[in-house]
Amino acid sequence: MNLSGKKITLHDNSLRDGMHAKRHQISLEQMVAVASALDEAGVSMIEVTHGDGLAGASVNYGFPAHSDEEYLRAVRPHVKRARISALLLPGIGTVPELEMAADAGADCIRIATHCTEADVSQQHIAKSRELGLDTVGFLMLAHMVEAEKLVEQAKLMESYGANCIYFSDSAGCMLPDDVGVRISALREALGPATELGFHAHHNLSLGVINSLVAVESGANRIDGSVAGMGAGAGNAPLEVFVAVAERMGVETGADLFKLTDVAEDLIVPMLDRPIRIDRDALTLGYAGVYSSFLLFAKRAQERYGVSSRELLVELGRRKMVGGQEDMIEDVAIEMAKARNELGETA
Amino acid sequence: MNKINAALIGSGNIGTDLLYKALRSDWINPRWMVGIDPDSEGLERARKLGLKTTHEGVDGLLPHMREDNIQICFDATSAYVHAENSRKVQAGGAMMIDLTPAAIGPYCVPPVNLKDHLGKRELNVNMVTCGGQATIPMVAAVSRVQAVEYGEIVATVSSRSAGPGTRKNIDEFTQTTAGAVERVGGARRGKAIIILNPAEPPLIMRDTVHCITEEEPDREAITESVAAMIAEVQKYVPGYRLKNGPVFDGHRVSLFLEVEGLGDYLPKYAGNLDIMTAAGLRTAEMFAEEISNGSLVLQAASA
Repeated sequence: MNLSGKKITLHDNSLRDGMHAKRHQISLEQMVAVASALDEAGVSMIEVTHGDGLAGASVNYGFPAHSDEEYLRAVRPHVKRARISALLLPGIGTVPELEMAADAGADCIRIATHCTEADVSQQHIAKSRELGLDTVGFLMLAHMVEAEKLVEQAKLMESYGANCIYFSDSAGCMLPDDVGVRISALREALGPATELGFHAHHNLSLGVINSLVAVESGANRIDGSVAGMGAGAGNAPLEVFVAVAERMGVETGADLFKLTDVAEDLIVPMLDRPIRIDRDALTLGYAGVYSSFLLFAKRAQERYGVSSRELLVELGRRKMVGGQEDMIEDVAIEMAKARNELGETA
Repeated sequence: MNKINAALIGSGNIGTDLLYKALRSDWINPRWMVGIDPDSEGLERARKLGLKTTHEGVDGLLPHMREDNIQICFDATSAYVHAENSRKVQAGGAMMIDLTPAAIGPYCVPPVNLKDHLGKRELNVNMVTCGGQATIPMVAAVSRVQAVEYGEIVATVSSRSAGPGTRKNIDEFTQTTAGAVERVGGARRGKAIIILNPAEPPLIMRDTVHCITEEEPDREAITESVAAMIAEVQKYVPGYRLKNGPVFDGHRVSLFLEVEGLGDYLPKYAGNLDIMTAAGLRTAEMFAEEISNGSLVLQAASA
């Protein structure tokens, strides 16, 4: 793979996707510390707020330690060079939250939909463009559709006004070729001015290589999370990606050693549990399940005595999509009922 | 008894499903269906079923309202055009049942507050949203037992059952539903989430209701109240079921529902359309009864 001379925009997600791993309990002080250190390390873009994006605060996804607005306003004055982004999932967040984020200093809004449902993003993409923000259309769980469908959906988002299109391997189950084929198809179909990005999850340990393949195939924005702090087994660990990219001659603008310090000195001490490919995270990648289901499945195991691994496999079989966290408890109850009935008849 | 003549505005999924239900009504006589696309399947079906149709929008209906004595209109178009539609048909002497999330009139969730609308001479009532119709009765079932500090609903519908109106109006869906979780459901604060799932074969509509009660939840009373409310909804949506719950976890009370439709127009998985049209029709029938017995008199604005 020859990536020499390519220039990419790094987008750190540890303060948004990493909120899943922290059950949305990152403190304002921690956010400010990490964001300023990432800025200092030369990361181009930093995403903050609730793991499920603006207005994610809920019983369904978890109540955060602070509001989206508090996080944005706390971080904004400490980030000098990097652009700050916020994620919005139509159906959860609405235009007023988008306007709040813009007012609180977000430079970029990423509008995320399931990979087949781009047409719910029109009002949000249009509003973000109208506000003059860097506007990203973000297609989730992209392993669930072929490249052709993804292209159709990406073109919708582009037509609404997105200046950059991402797809996300939200289940961390894509193989390198799956990424390459989709990025190449998008690159060919979208306008030359439209940027292209990839968001990995590391559930099969392919976060770094998949991101490199994305760059090779035409992506110029890459998401990662410092120390991998993200849902499931995390995102592409940003500092590892930067080390490899640097050795391959890719220009990232980031300082590797500073990033490794952020990972080691700031992120690792704040983790509730190590970000690693445990059997449940592996199951996410293997069964194609949305990565933020991980901790909910573990909780359901504790409460209902069902196997979190079996639960995740069943959720994958039922083709649950992002946002359906309520179905984790529902399916766990069903599995527990079925087991009790078996027990009674035995 | 005299049926009241009605017009269905919007020839998409909701309007067409409503047509089949209205044809079975003892109180409503659907006379007109209004669309904007001459090739619309809904209009074609309506014509075959003996209705008059126009593809020129509400303006195509207005000149005929008086001669056909249209007294109730259903708007199943989009939140963006509803206010204008409502103004026009009211000037034409009809009242409006709003099935869009525009919510310019008071909310109506029949098993919770239908009777509150009696005798108010309202000319526009809003049916909230499909997610609202499916979940607000459950929020109310908890809040009539004890104070609910926060009510949250998650509605998941199959992608196939979400038409272009719903998709364009997704913010209006969450905002209108959340508002009605508070004002009709009785929660102090409300939140609504909608998810579209494209799985094949399509999933039946699922709705989850989370309530946070102020005090320790009274398990027995809530369980009983929920069962009674389920039975009320089942009177007009037989496929409305409590799949799991109530789950009690501290002050959290969670209910996991499934809504299977009658399959009048779209297949049974589209319970979201069914509960909306069934609720809209039930509301219209109550007003039709009022019009019929003279307690509600509608007048066209003088030209």
